[in-house]
Amino acid sequence: MAIIIDENTKVVVQGITGREGSFHTRQMVAYGTKVVAGVTPGKGGQDMDGIPIFNTVAEAVKKTGANASMIMVPAAFSCDAALESLDAGIKVIVLITEGIPIQDMIEVWHRCKAAGVTLIGSNCPGIISTGKCKIGILPHAIHMEGPVGVVSRSGTLTYEVVDYLTKAGIGQSTCIGIGGDPLIGTTFKDVLIDYENDPETKAIVLIGEIGGSDEQDAAEIIKTMKKPVVGFIGGRTAPPGKRMGHAGAIVSGKGSTADAKVAALEAVGVPISDTIVGIVDLIKNVL
Amino acid sequence: MKIQEHHARDIFKKYGLPVPDAAVATTPEEAKSAAEKIGFPVVIKAQVLVGGRGKAGGVKLADNAADAFDKASKILGMDLKGLIVEKVLVAPAVDIQSEYYIGITLDRDRKQHVVIASSAGGVDIEKVAEETPEKIGKHWIDPAYGLHDFELRKMLFGCGFEPKVALKAAGILMKLYKAVIDLDMSLVEVNPLVLTPSGDVLAIDAKINFDDNGLYRHPELKAFKESEDTDPIEKDAHARGLTYVRLEGGNVGIIGNGAGLVMATMDEVNRAGKGIAKPANFLDIGGGAQAEVVRNALEVVMSDPNVKAVLINVFGGLTRGDEVARGLLQAVEGTKLSVPVVIRLAGTNCKEGLEILKGSAFTPVESLADALEEITKFMTSKV
Repeated sequence: MAIIIDENTKVVVQGITGREGSFHTRQMVAYGTKVVAGVTPGKGGQDMDGIPIFNTVAEAVKKTGANASMIMVPAAFSCDAALESLDAGIKVIVLITEGIPIQDMIEVWHRCKAAGVTLIGSNCPGIISTGKCKIGILPHAIHMEGPVGVVSRSGTLTYEVVDYLTKAGIGQSTCIGIGGDPLIGTTFKDVLIDYENDPETKAIVLIGEIGGSDEQDAAEIIKTMKKPVVGFIGGRTAPPGKRMGHAGAIVSGKGSTADAKVAALEAVGVPISDTIVGIVDLIKNVL
Repeated sequence: MKIQEHHARDIFKKYGLPVPDAAVATTPEEAKSAAEKIGFPVVIKAQVLVGGRGKAGGVKLADNAADAFDKASKILGMDLKGLIVEKVLVAPAVDIQSEYYIGITLDRDRKQHVVIASSAGGVDIEKVAEETPEKIGKHWIDPAYGLHDFELRKMLFGCGFEPKVALKAAGILMKLYKAVIDLDMSLVEVNPLVLTPSGDVLAIDAKINFDDNGLYRHPELKAFKESEDTDPIEKDAHARGLTYVRLEGGNVGIIGNGAGLVMATMDEVNRAGKGIAKPANFLDIGGGAQAEVVRNALEVVMSDPNVKAVLINVFGGLTRGDEVARGLLQAVEGTKLSVPVVIRLAGTNCKEGLEILKGSAFTPVESLADALEEITKFMTSKV
């Protein structure tokens, strides 16, 4: 058992022939992910390292049974690529791309929700089900199998945390980067519910940041959970009104500050670490 | 991307909104001529990319030509919240019987556009939300269903708009939603929308923010782009394509690869610094650590006279530490580091990278704790 993806997941990579697409596909294959197809319109019939390339996601699904997709196409084509996957019956879409117009994400988000399709991202490093499957760009060498579920809005900060955990002998069941954009397909709330129901996950690390109210929504779910959650919230020194890199990382209103998120989580019993490395001690306490 | 009021008015006009004719002037003489053509009284409004222009003295009425010249000369060249006024809008001063607020923005939580209307226009919408929330109406737009006039009428009649204004405002909002979709706007506001004694409904102010991610598909909007930066270092950083935010009262420059990592590093410096060391900026160089980007980043950060030390925090995931180290050396080739620069390298090939940096102008360390110690050591020795 795992969450969202597992060793049987069959992945199609949209944008497989691009520089990023080809590089990360090879990394995923090296990890053991079943990349069964690639899609680059116009390059159907070719292959990359033996992975067949198709003109359309529909054909890829028909010929290979692909059920999950990773999208590594430019922002201008990402909405179209996501809708194409949805249309072709893909059940999990991992949207890596940054810079997608908000209007496009509104459409993709609502259509995925209506169709019951799991959308991860946009602007995310992806998901790794340790030892089973990686869909995304996370550096898999630092991940180790174990009982901690990680969920984060960050990229490299997540890798840093995972690295500390692994070095401390604490492995991870799944690590999922939900993305740094204001509109994301899968939120903390969604992942926490999955982790609560996942027999492989015994405790959870939540890495949040300024902007939005995802952490507050998470606090509501945590109230109902049995499994322990520990957290870290970045951006305590961020000034109001300024976008801190991530499009979704902006303090605009009292609830969106790091302090507000820390308070909301602490109020439901989530210990929050002041430092990145301190997360390891917090998780040790609850395992 | 924010745009000037007069550009927003032009877009409103294109979409058929009732906007009084106005003119833009860059000199008091131009303002006077424009005012004479329009007829008195006129209102002269500073065109700068900040809110609260009126309170800051950037909006003035003028009764005659000499007055228009005088008011314009006071406003032009004024420093309004850090921005210098280079142009003014000269518009007819409209008689106002009642004022309203209408706008469309993004509700991040519900992932939908939301129409917001208030029958208490001209007042700060947040104040109305606090004091008289019954005067505010909201309607969330289903992207597939679209926006329908009856939905707007329901909202507008429901929050106290007088009937004649409600009907006109509904039509205006339909046009504004079309503009939002056409041009990838993240916010559009008409505050105030007014009813004149003669029964006209007019848009007296215009505000539009565009979704930066949508700009690529609206090249014509590039013409409206103006720098919102009031800080010269931020202006320089943005001109170099760097993701940089300057912080007030800081003294340790922060550079890292990844927004979350940079924010966390800023927080850690603040905590460990115990008041002596404080983050001076946010700068995310993203993945890859290309020499050119690193050089620009260091230059910008060190150009801040407040910066007494720099902490670079790089976690190499797929990026390899030895590559980062070489990139850093290349970046400072031929230049001198004006302040101590601590580089914390972790992740893939970090040991190789740290080895490469030994003996260089950088202070290479492996752990963030060591980096913080080095930084506080420098800063304490300066006190």
